[in-house]
Amino acid sequence: MDIIRLKNVKKQYKNGTTAIYDLSLNIEKGSFVFIIGGSGSGKSTLMKMLYREEKPTKGQIIVGGLNVAKLRNSKVYKLRRKLGIVFQDYRLLPKQTVYENVAFAMEVIGATKQETRVKVLKALEIVGLKNKVHSYPDQLSGGEQQRVAIARAIVNNPKMLLCDEPTGNLDPEMSIEIMKIIEKINKDWGTTVLVVTHDKEIVNKMKKQVITLKEGRLVNNKAKGTYDNENA
Amino acid sequence: MKMLRMLGRSIRDAFKSVFRNFSLSLASISCITITLIIVAISIMASYNVSNFTEEIEKDLTIVAFVENSATKEEIENIKNELKNISNINQKEIKYESKSQVKQEMQTQSEIFNTVMEGWDEEDNPLKDTFQIKVKNAEEISKTAKQIEKIEKIAIVRYGEGMVDKLITAFDSIKKVTYGTVIALILVTIFLIINTIKLTIYSRKREISIMRLVGASNFTIKTPFIIEGMFLGLLGSLIPIGMIIFGYPALYDRMNGYVFTPLVNLISPTPFVYTVSLMIMIIGIIVGMIGSSSAVRKYLKV
Repeated sequence: MDIIRLKNVKKQYKNGTTAIYDLSLNIEKGSFVFIIGGSGSGKSTLMKMLYREEKPTKGQIIVGGLNVAKLRNSKVYKLRRKLGIVFQDYRLLPKQTVYENVAFAMEVIGATKQETRVKVLKALEIVGLKNKVHSYPDQLSGGEQQRVAIARAIVNNPKMLLCDEPTGNLDPEMSIEIMKIIEKINKDWGTTVLVVTHDKEIVNKMKKQVITLKEGRLVNNKAKGTYDNENA
Repeated sequence: MKMLRMLGRSIRDAFKSVFRNFSLSLASISCITITLIIVAISIMASYNVSNFTEEIEKDLTIVAFVENSATKEEIENIKNELKNISNINQKEIKYESKSQVKQEMQTQSEIFNTVMEGWDEEDNPLKDTFQIKVKNAEEISKTAKQIEKIEKIAIVRYGEGMVDKLITAFDSIKKVTYGTVIALILVTIFLIINTIKLTIYSRKREISIMRLVGASNFTIKTPFIIEGMFLGLLGSLIPIGMIIFGYPALYDRMNGYVFTPLVNLISPTPFVYTVSLMIMIIGIIVGMIGSSSAVRKYLKV
């Protein structure tokens, strides 16, 4: 079953640049997919359209049964509750502790204190930060901050995890550790994972499905792909 | 149950954020405070002006002179007809027979006294009179005309010209003061919206993260709106203090009037409490409008 379906999607920004030309793509439930491509390939735009920060100019995008292109601004939260999103810059709240940052995602959907506590501690355990619940983000290393962000993304048991350059700010060892956590979530929970990256080493090492974009067009979609210099 | 829990959280978050962003909160609060002080002063001034004009208008009297030939029944008829005119205050129709008028005039002045002493009931040239007060001073000339039409009424006087001018002047004074108050309230709303926008701008990131983790717009807005109301409430405290302590002090110092005892000030209790309540409500509502319109902009990502 496809959890993400794109049909003839085109995205043109208001300033006239076209980021994506006629992209059709299906992603199966439970898969682990890398989306790669050079700068300007449209991979970030694709990601933004999946969580509806951007709307497609043309075409249809279905994510988890929701028609994203037609989703009204006030209903975007329905989509976001099905997704966990991880960014390169972590996007944590600096004035809140690790626990509060993760609990935030539970509170805004109206979970009880009890439920929040159980799930937050579970999520922090998965990313290995159970001993840092009372720290503030600026007291943590980059890798730890990214793990907090992952914990926040998965605390609601989302169907999909979207990661936009999750290892962009991290050193290689830390990057591998982060990817292992993401892989574990994919395996243990069956969460569909999409990772946008330009980290060659990680892509080559993990042997996952690889979707390559170039100048706004799909050029490659391989089941066990690698980072191919010629295409990227 | 879920709604209640979320509301509880909103209130908690609102209070937390007032203290966590204290310097910005202080900026909003002082902006609200200053504008509310100006609004309070203008509200009190306009109330006093309209109170004073109303008092003067209440004292305006129409005097209707009855023809000498009128019989007792006819005078009774006139009284009933007067009661039927809608703008006349029924409790304020005072009849004085010409001998009563004579007596009154005699007590007023020594000259009148000596001149009128010789008059008896038959050759008293004065007329029986009705002294009438109206409900709405602006329609006093119309009412006077209606009275003139009543049978056996000889002359109607209400200080035409002078009174009409006074009433028009009062009317424009009232309009100007009301206009000022409304303009000030609008300016306040504008200022507060902008200040709150600044404070919310610094929390753009927080709002965008809330959107990303799946908070509905309602969930995001509520704490900000409660925060705005709270800021408005805090901002109204100093103006209210100034009203409650300042106005009675001013009142005592001026002995309750401005320049002449004709222009009375409104006595402080319950007036200061009414105005305080108004200021508090204006503060809260303006804070609410300010924050909800400021946050709306960031709910589109």
